[in-house]
Amino acid sequence: MSSADLTSQRDLPPERKVSAKGDIAPEHDGPRDTGMDDAGLHRWLERTWRTPSGIVGALSSVDHKVIARRYLITAFVFLGLGGLNAVVMRIQLSGPQRGLIGPDLYNQLFTMHGVTMMFLFAVPIVQATGIYLVPLMVGTRNIAFPRLNAFSYWVYVSGGAFAWVSFALNMAPDVGWFAYVPLSGPEFAPGKRADVWAQMITYTEVSSLAVAVATIVTVFKQRAPGMSLDKIPLYVWAMLVTSFVVVFAMPAVMITSTFLILDRLVGTHIFNPAEGGDALLFQHLFWFFGHPEVYIIFLPATGMVSSIIPVFARRPTFGHLGLVLSLIAVGFLSFGLWVHHMFATGLPKLGASFFTASSMMIAIPNGVQIFCWLATLWDGRPVIRTPLLFVFGFFFIFVIGGLTGVMLASVPLDLQVHDTYFVVAHFHYVLIGGSVFPLLGAAYFWFPKVTGRMMSERLGRWHFWLAFIGFNAAFFPMHLVGLWGMPRRVYTYPAELGWGNINLFISAGALLFFLSFVLFTFNLVHGALKGTSAGNNPWDAGTLEWATSSPPPSYNFARIPIVTHIEPLWAEREALPVATGLRVDARELLISTVAEAHPDIREKSAAPSIWPLLAALAVGGTFLYSIFTPWAIVWGAAPIAITLIGWFWPKGDPEDEE
Amino acid sequence: MKQRAAADLSGLPTFGHGPRSPTWWGTLGFMALEGTGFALAAGAYLYLAQSWPDWPLSAPRPNHWPGTIVTILFIVSLVPNHILHRYAKQCSMVPVRIGLMVMSLLGIAPLVVRWFEFPALNIYWDTNAYGSMLWVLLGLHTTHLITDVGDTIVLTVLMFTRHGYSGRRFGDVGDNVFYWDFVVLTWIPIYLLIYWVPRLG
Repeated sequence: MSSADLTSQRDLPPERKVSAKGDIAPEHDGPRDTGMDDAGLHRWLERTWRTPSGIVGALSSVDHKVIARRYLITAFVFLGLGGLNAVVMRIQLSGPQRGLIGPDLYNQLFTMHGVTMMFLFAVPIVQATGIYLVPLMVGTRNIAFPRLNAFSYWVYVSGGAFAWVSFALNMAPDVGWFAYVPLSGPEFAPGKRADVWAQMITYTEVSSLAVAVATIVTVFKQRAPGMSLDKIPLYVWAMLVTSFVVVFAMPAVMITSTFLILDRLVGTHIFNPAEGGDALLFQHLFWFFGHPEVYIIFLPATGMVSSIIPVFARRPTFGHLGLVLSLIAVGFLSFGLWVHHMFATGLPKLGASFFTASSMMIAIPNGVQIFCWLATLWDGRPVIRTPLLFVFGFFFIFVIGGLTGVMLASVPLDLQVHDTYFVVAHFHYVLIGGSVFPLLGAAYFWFPKVTGRMMSERLGRWHFWLAFIGFNAAFFPMHLVGLWGMPRRVYTYPAELGWGNINLFISAGALLFFLSFVLFTFNLVHGALKGTSAGNNPWDAGTLEWATSSPPPSYNFARIPIVTHIEPLWAEREALPVATGLRVDARELLISTVAEAHPDIREKSAAPSIWPLLAALAVGGTFLYSIFTPWAIVWGAAPIAITLIGWFWPKGDPEDEE
Repeated sequence: MKQRAAADLSGLPTFGHGPRSPTWWGTLGFMALEGTGFALAAGAYLYLAQSWPDWPLSAPRPNHWPGTIVTILFIVSLVPNHILHRYAKQCSMVPVRIGLMVMSLLGIAPLVVRWFEFPALNIYWDTNAYGSMLWVLLGLHTTHLITDVGDTIVLTVLMFTRHGYSGRRFGDVGDNVFYWDFVVLTWIPIYLLIYWVPRLG
């Protein structure tokens, strides 16, 4: 489609309807951007869209970039904390019968490590990357439901703080990250530790569900004119599919944790076989969430890889349609795999065979993705920079993790290595290889957009090799020690088993891997303070986030871009076609149609508000109080209702009216 | 990067009803995730029911009458709900105000009867897993009912202020109609599960 088509009769009503019918106050029209010069336009838009100054202003921010930055930094802090958990565990395991920490603390350490990495790092950081990038990539000025987005951040922070303060008080969950009953039930887990697990889940899932809905609506309704379904960037597709997986998977874990806390707190018997309940029900519900969770973490990473590869291969992605269909197929298939986490529970044979088959089937769309990326690189003229190095690391590590995955999908092998370090090795290859390496590549790739400065390429290469060697040194030997029979989640082992040397080697690798993150942190800080200036588009990339300045202004785009090609900036090298006619004195953005992205409505985006923070405090306080008494839900209802009404009640801003 | 103006958006309207509006899609998203929650809770009930041959664990059958009255009230409420929707789309203030008041009352009425549904289950949540699941299912739906009735009342008040004269507010009324349909629709399978499935066995 050429940009001229967009001005045709079909797309835009030629004249403004002066008065809408019905009981509506006449629209207070304001100045428009049409014909305005660049400096004047910037002054207007900056005044309208900026985050207010002062502490209250900062806490009221609804700018998706501000919220995303907070998310990214918070998730990075939790990565550091979860990493420190791992380091302490590896020091304890570096030799047989070390007495550094006892079994009770060790149980809390591996639970906090898993919970932190899954719920406080991996999911939030991939969603945060989406919060930052999706509105820029689809060419809009803010995420849909910006206040809900702000609310999600505050709920997430309070959930994370709740878990870690509990850890500091020796009250952290100690029942593993999936907290199976009966171990976590009222009989075997007295005290508050399992309740902390259950409610921390509720906080983080509320937060990611909110982000998922906001992301879906942003992609469906706020795309720039002309960005029809076939022109949506692959990263945006990945975030869209991920958000759908979140919407259908996360309720399962909220149901699980709610059932658990009901059993523990008010004496229901849902998981109690003595009174007609069932312990396996917990595992079914948990893994109905838990397996899609892997893809919630992995799919955004594939989107990042699909963004990085064409830029450094210097050609558009090979097999765009195949990649989109693979993403969707993986999203669907991810719901058909949960039982392969339960092969050791004695399920009927036919059921087990079905889940073996579907576990192997998901390798097909994932394989299609890998081959499309390889073909893009093969046909292009690859420029090897740090982001691409991390993509290569991803290929290598993720493929190994995928191969052990196919092995584990077969029931006899799974039974043999169940609960051993082989499984630990497998899922760290899949999760770190499949998600963390692409994330690190993405950090180098988009850092210039976020900060306006470049990270050091030399330090980046050092970082990559340190991380790659450290990771493989730490996790590859775990396959072996697992096959030798070392169980996971043991705080020590006797010297006679002969696992001492290999564990020392693993610990050394883990330390190296940790140091690579120290170097990364230094590179981040150094780059943000002293890095060379990046300019709008340092990599000469083709998607819309590179069309605006680095870092982007509060309003993202001075004028909404028009999309004519899958890589719009490569197609329109002389001048970017843009749309005009939006108001500049109110937060106006463009709503378009779902499939074709035809311009449809000029809608107002919500103004900054302190109420999302207050609502999050009310919700967080209720969750916290609820581990002590069920009446918390009754007492908490009033503050929650008041803050929500405060949130939605119009304050008379132009954004609230019309 | 240089820019060239290629399209003019100034003639576009400032609000739209139904699937044209982002809020409608957001409501649909929340329905999808809450609906998943309902489906999983119902699935958990059926999983337990087929796990135990003596389900419902020799508990007395629930008295279905309060639940049946709630169901009838819900179904009746759909008629004014959709009449309200038509007026909301026309943006006509007086019928919308009347409709919202009617819908507030038709929300409070089943909530009152709901109060009598809990004792009519004839079992406590801590008696056995069957009792637990009945209370969970009924509680889950009641949470949605309370939330939506609260939302309807606030919106009714809002439409009596000067803020009501806005296309977006009429759009909000449309989304409120949409969500009430969801509350009614999710009740039907839960009603059958709570009151009629135990009578099958």
